[in-house]
Amino acid sequence: MGCFDYPVDSKTLLRKKIRIKKELLSGSVNWIEKRIAVLGGSTTNEIVDQLELFLLFNGIRPTFYQSEYAQFWQDAVFGNEELDSFHPDVVFIHTNWRNIPAFPTVSGTKEEAAELLDGTFRRFSTMWDKLNEKFHCTIIQNNFDRPYWRLLGNSDISDSRGRSNFIAKLNLMLYEYADAHPAFFVNDLDFLAADYGLAAWSNPLYWHMYKYCLCLDGVPRLAKSVADIIKSVYGKNKKVLMCDLDNTLWGGVVGDDGVEGIQIGPEVPVGQIYAEFQQYLKELKSIGVLLTVNSKNEEQNALDGLRHPDCTLKPEDFVSIKANWENKDRNLRAIADELNLGTDSFVFIDDNPTEREIIRQADHGVAVPEMDQPENYIRLIDRSGYFEVTALSADDLSRADMYQANARRVRLQEAAGSYEDFLKSLQMTATIRPFEAIYMQRIAQLTNKSNQFNLTTLRCSESDIAGMQASEEYLCLYGKLEDKFGDNGVVSVVSGRIEKDELHMVLWLMSCRVLKRGMEDAMLDTLAAVAEEKGIKKIIGYYYPSPKNGMVKEFYRRMGFAFLSGDDAGNTTWELDLCDYKPKAPPIEIRK
Amino acid sequence: MSREEIYERLNEVFRDVFGEDDITVNDETTAADIDGWDSLRHISLLAAVEDEFDIEFSMGQTVKMKNVGEMVDYIEEEAE
Repeated sequence: MGCFDYPVDSKTLLRKKIRIKKELLSGSVNWIEKRIAVLGGSTTNEIVDQLELFLLFNGIRPTFYQSEYAQFWQDAVFGNEELDSFHPDVVFIHTNWRNIPAFPTVSGTKEEAAELLDGTFRRFSTMWDKLNEKFHCTIIQNNFDRPYWRLLGNSDISDSRGRSNFIAKLNLMLYEYADAHPAFFVNDLDFLAADYGLAAWSNPLYWHMYKYCLCLDGVPRLAKSVADIIKSVYGKNKKVLMCDLDNTLWGGVVGDDGVEGIQIGPEVPVGQIYAEFQQYLKELKSIGVLLTVNSKNEEQNALDGLRHPDCTLKPEDFVSIKANWENKDRNLRAIADELNLGTDSFVFIDDNPTEREIIRQADHGVAVPEMDQPENYIRLIDRSGYFEVTALSADDLSRADMYQANARRVRLQEAAGSYEDFLKSLQMTATIRPFEAIYMQRIAQLTNKSNQFNLTTLRCSESDIAGMQASEEYLCLYGKLEDKFGDNGVVSVVSGRIEKDELHMVLWLMSCRVLKRGMEDAMLDTLAAVAEEKGIKKIIGYYYPSPKNGMVKEFYRRMGFAFLSGDDAGNTTWELDLCDYKPKAPPIEIRK
Repeated sequence: MSREEIYERLNEVFRDVFGEDDITVNDETTAADIDGWDSLRHISLLAAVEDEFDIEFSMGQTVKMKNVGEMVDYIEEEAE
């Protein structure tokens, strides 16, 4: 479905939305279901329709609440039964500059303008506070775009009586609010308008005829931008950028032109373009994107190319380098296996349209942007929103290091006499403790990102996690694993609801990056010990099958649980009697 | 462009916008004849027609048109 790729095909999305929706819904997708309230200061119908398409495209099946026309503030502040009983997972407040009740007048003073600004901001922040209080959910708020005229000309942006100035200040206050509230996100409407072209974007015909605050053609872009935030919150971001080399990371063909012949660096304009692109990719790495190489080349030539003094990206920046003469779809699968990640978390960039098509045909899950001209590369990747940042956990910042440490572990394993010797030689230490505020973000992220070792596949937002932590009814533990090669960070989460002397598990998951290290044993040992202290006699485990979690179907049996019941859909229930539980004592030192 | 050609392309637009493969419109067709042709869908329809024939409706025209026939009149005038 090319219509969703940047630059989105608005015409098709608007005209054929009914057919496109049908097609998306007919796919066999492991949908994430979410309830989304759209509170508008203008007409929102088309925005909701398009948002639905983009969410479906990202594997999220939404149900919507839509405020009555322009009732965003009333709905949020005073509430209404329908919205209250809707229990939104996400509230999207779609307002624009026309929803600002009053602007400074040219005859007014600076002080009056400041007072008005304060009052206007409070009107909005009261609303956000109210929503947060009531729903503890993710809130997305548009910033304000600029009016398409400037009464004071150029001074409109610098004079405190100018509307542009007023809006710029209001936006700054909004950003500070967002910075202080982790589940609150700004949708950058102002950027979207500028990127589209303010004059066309704010064609007043759409306001006066239909009360849309933007032109119809701009709606799919707005919807994509909001959907990018939502899919990022629910862990649907891409994780890996798989790069071709020749004419993708540098100009020319290293095998033919030699290292000194490739175009990279300040000497020629083309070289500058590639240098800037490499710099951008390096920055993507710094926000947690895993870089890999998939190139048709002799390996030595590829490495020599990357060691060119003007290459910002060095071989060490990539967590996997496949430079060979295999077909690229085979390399794709090899890299995915190596990293233990699904191919649907991959983005593939290649200047060669045939290679792009091969990957598209071989695997529909991989995103393959149309890398046409090197001067467009950054924009193509940037606007596609593959790696939309909604939270940067410490894990994101050091992800590449962790994967590299993994590669060193694999080498150690190859050298070790037995697997047990290998585990001992890792000198592992686990921290297994109740949920803590500093890890909420990572814990929520794990519930959304873990697909394979995930027994219940319950997806949680940060506020859901905070709710469990605060509740007396829940027993929750996170597990962090370190070894001599480095810190794996938080890799496992278990959480259960206490019912009398039974603990009913709602979350049980582990990151695949620490499979077969004994971490699952360490988690159960600790869970059993903590549960017993609380007077719990039995742990009840639940397994709900998903297309990806087949590897843990028999998990409870392996851990010593007794089978209780199962149904036709494959859901199973298991029980562990704590009276005769014997700790599994894996070779991990446990800190509580 | 002949009226016939316009209708051929216009029918495709209607089928896409309303998601029904068997819609056929004529001079007398109005919003009352087609399921789901409300004011909101009307906006999508006009945008799709503008795009299909590379024309633009002004505010005045969109309010004035009473049936599909009048829409086709306008397309005939504007499109080459």
